[in-house]
Amino acid sequence: MTPTPALRLAVDIGGTFTDTVLVEGTANILASTKTLTTHGNPAEGAMEGVQRVLAQSGRRAEQVAGFIHGTTLATNALIERRGAHVVTVTTEGFRDILEIAYERRYAQYDINLEKPDLLVPRERALTIRERMSSEGEVLIPLDDAAIDRLAAEIETSRAEAVAICLLHAYANPAHERRLRDALSDRCPGLKLSISSEVSPEAREFDRLCTTVANAYIQPLMQGYLTRFAQSFRDAGVACPILMMTAGGGMCSIDSAKRFPVRLVESGPAGGAILAARIAAQAGLEQVVSFDMGGTTAKLCLIDRARPQTARQFEIARAARFIKGSGMPVRIPVIEMIEIGAGGGSIAAVDRLGRLTVGPRSAGSEPGPVAFGRGGSEPTVTDSDIALGYIQPDRFAEGFIRIARDAAEKALTKAIGGGLAICGTEAADGVSRIVDENMASAGRMHAVESGKDLGARTMIAFGGNGPLHATRVARAAGVNRIVIPPNPGVGSAVGFLFAPVSFEVIRSRYSLLDRLDLDAVNAVFAAMIEEAAAVVAQGSGGAATLTRRSAFMRYHGQGHEIEIGLPDRPLTVDDIEPLRTAFEEEYRRQFSRPVPGMQIEILNWAVRVATPDLPAPRLPDTAQGRPATPAEHRPIICDLDGRTVQAGLYLRENLSPGDRIDGPALITEPQTTTLISADFSAEVDGIGNLILTRTAMGAVQ
Amino acid sequence: MTSLSPARLQVMWNRLLAVVEEQGQTLIRAAFSPIVRECGDISAGIFDAEGRMLAQAVTGTPGHINTMAAAVMHLRERFPVQDMKPGDIYMTNDPWLASGHLNDFLLMMPAFHRGKVVGFTACTSHLVDLGGLGMGPEGSDIYDEGLLIPPCKLVDRGELNGLLMDIVRANSREPIANEGDIYALIACCEAGVKRLTGMMEEFGLDDLDELGRYIIDTSRRGTLAAIAEVPPGTYRNMLRMDGYEAELELHAALTVTGTGMHVDFTGTSGCSRKGINVPLNYATAYTVFALRCIVGPDIPNNAGSLEPFTVDGPPGCILNAQRPVPVAMRHTLGQVTPDLVLGCLHQALPDKVPAEGASCMFDLPMRHAPEVAARGGRAFAIEPVHNGGTGARPHADGLSATAYPSGVYGSQVEITESVAPVTIWRRELRPDSGGAGRYRGGLGQRIEMTSANDAPFLVFLSVERLKFPALGRAGGLPGAPGRIRIAGRQGDIPGKGELRVEPGDRLIFETPGGGGFGPPGERDPRALALDLERGLVTEDGAGPYRAAP
Repeated sequence: MTPTPALRLAVDIGGTFTDTVLVEGTANILASTKTLTTHGNPAEGAMEGVQRVLAQSGRRAEQVAGFIHGTTLATNALIERRGAHVVTVTTEGFRDILEIAYERRYAQYDINLEKPDLLVPRERALTIRERMSSEGEVLIPLDDAAIDRLAAEIETSRAEAVAICLLHAYANPAHERRLRDALSDRCPGLKLSISSEVSPEAREFDRLCTTVANAYIQPLMQGYLTRFAQSFRDAGVACPILMMTAGGGMCSIDSAKRFPVRLVESGPAGGAILAARIAAQAGLEQVVSFDMGGTTAKLCLIDRARPQTARQFEIARAARFIKGSGMPVRIPVIEMIEIGAGGGSIAAVDRLGRLTVGPRSAGSEPGPVAFGRGGSEPTVTDSDIALGYIQPDRFAEGFIRIARDAAEKALTKAIGGGLAICGTEAADGVSRIVDENMASAGRMHAVESGKDLGARTMIAFGGNGPLHATRVARAAGVNRIVIPPNPGVGSAVGFLFAPVSFEVIRSRYSLLDRLDLDAVNAVFAAMIEEAAAVVAQGSGGAATLTRRSAFMRYHGQGHEIEIGLPDRPLTVDDIEPLRTAFEEEYRRQFSRPVPGMQIEILNWAVRVATPDLPAPRLPDTAQGRPATPAEHRPIICDLDGRTVQAGLYLRENLSPGDRIDGPALITEPQTTTLISADFSAEVDGIGNLILTRTAMGAVQ
Repeated sequence: MTSLSPARLQVMWNRLLAVVEEQGQTLIRAAFSPIVRECGDISAGIFDAEGRMLAQAVTGTPGHINTMAAAVMHLRERFPVQDMKPGDIYMTNDPWLASGHLNDFLLMMPAFHRGKVVGFTACTSHLVDLGGLGMGPEGSDIYDEGLLIPPCKLVDRGELNGLLMDIVRANSREPIANEGDIYALIACCEAGVKRLTGMMEEFGLDDLDELGRYIIDTSRRGTLAAIAEVPPGTYRNMLRMDGYEAELELHAALTVTGTGMHVDFTGTSGCSRKGINVPLNYATAYTVFALRCIVGPDIPNNAGSLEPFTVDGPPGCILNAQRPVPVAMRHTLGQVTPDLVLGCLHQALPDKVPAEGASCMFDLPMRHAPEVAARGGRAFAIEPVHNGGTGARPHADGLSATAYPSGVYGSQVEITESVAPVTIWRRELRPDSGGAGRYRGGLGQRIEMTSANDAPFLVFLSVERLKFPALGRAGGLPGAPGRIRIAGRQGDIPGKGELRVEPGDRLIFETPGGGGFGPPGERDPRALALDLERGLVTEDGAGPYRAAP
C-alpha cells in the first residue's frame, strides 16, 4: 500500500482547451492547468498538461495511482460528421425508421426547415426478413440464407460499421445476437453494434439512432482510446485509465470501446458532479449548477447532492438549440439544459427593433470585438467589458489585450443605433437580455422536471459563470450562490469525485396490477449481472451499490416518473407501496393524484456503482471579517445603470471568513466573480465564495 | 408610473413568453389524452385586463391560434369583471366559442394583483371522451356528439363546482381521465396566474398597460411591415376535396391591402350531414397560421400580430358551420385550409409558398369489435397518427411522412404493438408518391397491419385526399392520392366512416404524397439520380422528369 495519499489525475479535453488537474488524496488540488487542445492528436495536448502539473508539483508519472479522462471527441465527431461509413440493418418492412422518425417538424412556423441529418442515407439502409412480437415471441424466424444475402449486400456497401436494430429486440435479443455473430464470422474487421446491447428500450426510432451513433463513432473512438492509453503507458503511467461517461460515472477503456456513445457530453457531466459534491459538503438540499463558457451555458438541477438524470439526450441540435432538431440518443445522462448563451454570443437588433443575444457565437475566432482579432459584432464579453466587469489588466493573466473603446463603439453601432441609446446602455441591455434568457431556460427546465428554481442555491463555474451568476440568479429568483475554488476547470475537478458506475435501462411494459413478478425479477437479475461486469473492470474489486428503479405513469399519460425500488427481488407485498410511492410523487408534482386510474410501468433501470467519495462537512468559519480591496474601479451597476465604485480583490489573497459587500469584483487567473450591489460574499472553510442576496424586493 | 426603457420592456416580454411556455408544459405533462401528449394539442395564453392576448405558447398544433383569443374576449364580456374573485375559474367546451369540437375545453382565470384584476390566463386542452357517439364523423348533429357545457364558473374562489365535475364524469366513457385532464387545466391556469403576478411583483408593475401597449404596438407594426411586402390585390383559389357523402369545393378570396389580409370563403360548399363540418373559429385558426408561416413568422402570436388578419365566410358553408351541425372531425377539412389560402398567396408571392401537401393527418382511432369485449376478449382503444408528404418548397423538396400544418408526432410501431393487439408488418415510404417537379413533393408512407390475436377490430376513418391529390405549383405535378384497402378484397375503402377488420385481414394504408414545385424537366439531374439510387423514385416513376419540357 502506498504510504502517502494517492495521486490522481483528471484530464478534460474540450473543443478549445484541455484542462488538467492533479490531486493528492480525495480533494487536495496540487496543480491545475489549461493547455490548447491539439485536434490532430488530442493525446499530445493532454500529455503537455499532465507533464506540466507533474512538474509543478514535483511528482512523477509512475506515482499516479488514478487517471480519469473525459473528452468531447465523441460529441464532436458526431457534430462535425467525422465518423464511420455506417450501414443499418432493420426488420423487413421497416427500411425507413430513420427517415420517417416522429413525422414531425421541430419548428412550427418554419416552412423551409430541413430535418436533422441522421448519418445513414436510405441507400445504406438494409433490411432482413425476421420478426419478433412485443412479447418477444418469434413471428418470423431468421434464416441463414437471409443472413448470407445480407452479408453480400454489406460487402458491396463498403461499410466500416453496422448498426443492427430489429423490432422488439429489447424484448428478445436472440435474432440480433445471432445476426451479429454470423456477420462477424462472414465479414471480419467490421464493427457491429446491436440495439439490444446499446439501448434496450422500446421505440424503434430512438433505439436505432442510438445504435447508429454508437456504430458511427466506434472505429474512431477505439483507435483514439488505444493510442491514448498507450501514450500514457509509454510515459510511465502504470494505473488503468478510466473514462468519464455522460451519466456522471466512470467506466474502463474496454467498456468505452464497446459503448462509445456513452462518452458524449462527459465534460459537462463533470461540472455537475463537482456541484453535487459541494452540495453534499455544504448540506445543500436543492441546488442548480450554472456552467457558462464561451458559446453555451448549462444548468443542472441537483437534489440532495444527486444531479438530475435523464435517459435521453439530443446530439447536434440546430443552431437555435430547438428541441427535436438534433439526433436523439437514449443513454443515461446527467440532465442539463443547454442554451446558446456564452461570452462569445453575438448581440443584434432584429427587424422588429427587438434586442437579441445569441445563439450565434463569435467563438474564439474571430472572438469578441475587444480582443482585436477581427471580431466586428459585439458579444456578451464586449458588454461585460463595457460595463467594467472584466478589467483589461486582470483578464487571462494579461495574455489577451483588451480594447474597451472598441467594445463600446461596436455596441453603440450595432445596438445603440436601433434603440437610440449609448454604448453602456446597450451593454446593460445585452446583459439583461442574455441573463434573462438563461434564467428563463432554467425556470422552464425546472417546470419540465416538476421542480422550482427559486428555492435553490446556485453553484456557478466555467469561464463566465462567476461573472454572470448574480445577474442570472436575480432573474431566476435565486438568492444564494456558491463559487467553488478553481471554477475555470470545474469539470475536470468534478471527474475526480465520480464513481465507477454503469446503468442499464430495459423496456418491459406492464400494468402495475398485472405485474409478472418472476419475469421482472429475471430481467433485473440479467441487468445487474451486465452492469456489475462492466463496473468490475474499473472498480479494482471495490464494493458496489446497486440502485433499482421503475419508470411509472398513469395509463394513458405520456410522462413517466422514476420510482426507486428495494435492492432485492420484488414480491407481491411491494405492489401497494409502489402505488403509494407513485401517487405521492405525482401529488408533489401535480397537486392531486387521480383516484382509480391504472398505473403502468414501461422501463426498468439498474445502476451499479462504487460508493461516492466521502464529502466531509465544512468546518465553521469565523463570521464576517471585512476584507480590504486592493483598489477601487468604476463599473456600471447592474441594478440601476449608474456608475459606481467597486472594490477589486484578488481571490488568492482571500481567506476563510473574509466578507465582501457588493459592488465588488474578485479576480483570479481564469475568471472574475461579480458581486452585484445587492449581494455580499463570504469565504467559507474550503475557499468557496458564498454570495447572498441582501436587498430583496422590486428592482427598478 | 415611470416610462420603462425598451430593453426593460423587452425583458418583460420575454418573461411573459416564458410564462406561457411554462403554463403549456404544466398542462402537457399532466394530461391524459393521447392526442395531447403526442401532438401537444393544447394552448396557453396570457391576456390583459381588456382581454387582449399578450402571449401564447407555441405548442404542437395551430388549431388554437386565435380561437383562444376570441373565446377569452367572449367569456370576459359574459361575466362582469367586477364580480370576479381571486381563485375563480371559468370554463366552456362550446365548439363555436372554444376550439371547434366538444373535446376541447377552455378555462380562463382572472389574475388579481394589488387588489384588482390585471389580466387573465387561459388554456385549452383536448379531453378523451365526452360521450355521444364518440370521436368520429358519424354524428348527425352536435347533440349526437356528446356533452356541451356552456360558459360557466368551474371554480368559485378556489372551490371546485362538484356538480359540474359529476356531470362531466357521468357523461364520459373515460370519466377518470376526463377528471384528470380538468385538474391539469386548473393547474395550468393557476400556474400562469402565480407566475404572472410574481413577475409583476418582481418588476414593480401595478398593471400590464404599458407592457401590453408595447407588445401589441411592436407586433402590429412588424406584422404590417411584413404585409406591406406583399403586392396588394385580391387572389382567388379553389380546392376539391373528397368530403363524406359528396365531393366538396372550398373557395377562398384573399385580399391584401395596406392595413391587413382578409380571407373570404364565399363559394365554398354547404355543410355535410356528418361531422366533418368546421366552425369558423377553427377554420380561421389554420388559415391565419398558414398566412403567418409566410408573412412575419418570427413575430409572436398576440392581439397585435393577429389583428391585421381577418377571416369570414357565408354562414352555413362548410368552413363556417352553424349550430347544430356535427363538427367532431372538424380538423379533417380544417387542416386543408392552409393549402387553400396558400394557393391564393402563391399568386402574390410566387417564390415563397410551398405546393399542396397531404395536410390532413391520418389519425386512425381503433378499438376492439363490440362482441370481443362481450366475450371476455381483450378490450383496447388506440389512436395512432401517421402522415403523408408535405408539398415541395420553392427552393427545396417536400418532407416525406411529415405533419403540416399540424405539429403531431407519428406513433412508434413498438409502442402501438405494446398497448394494442395489432401487428404492423410494414411502415415504409411509398416510392413515386411525391409529386414530380423541379423540387419533388414529400413521399407518403405505406402501413400494413393485422390483428395480433385473431379478434376483429374497428377503425374510425376521417381522412382526406384519397380522390383528389395534393396539387403541385408553378408546373409541379400532383402527389399520389392516399389509398386504403384490405389485401385480397375487391375495391378500395372510402376515407370516412367505420371499417371492420376481420382476423386474417391485412389492412393497407397509403398516405398521400405532397405536390411538386416547378416543372419536373428542370429538376437537377443529380437530385434525380440520388432519388433513383435511394429508391424514392423508380425507373417507371422517373418518366415525368425525362419528358421534354
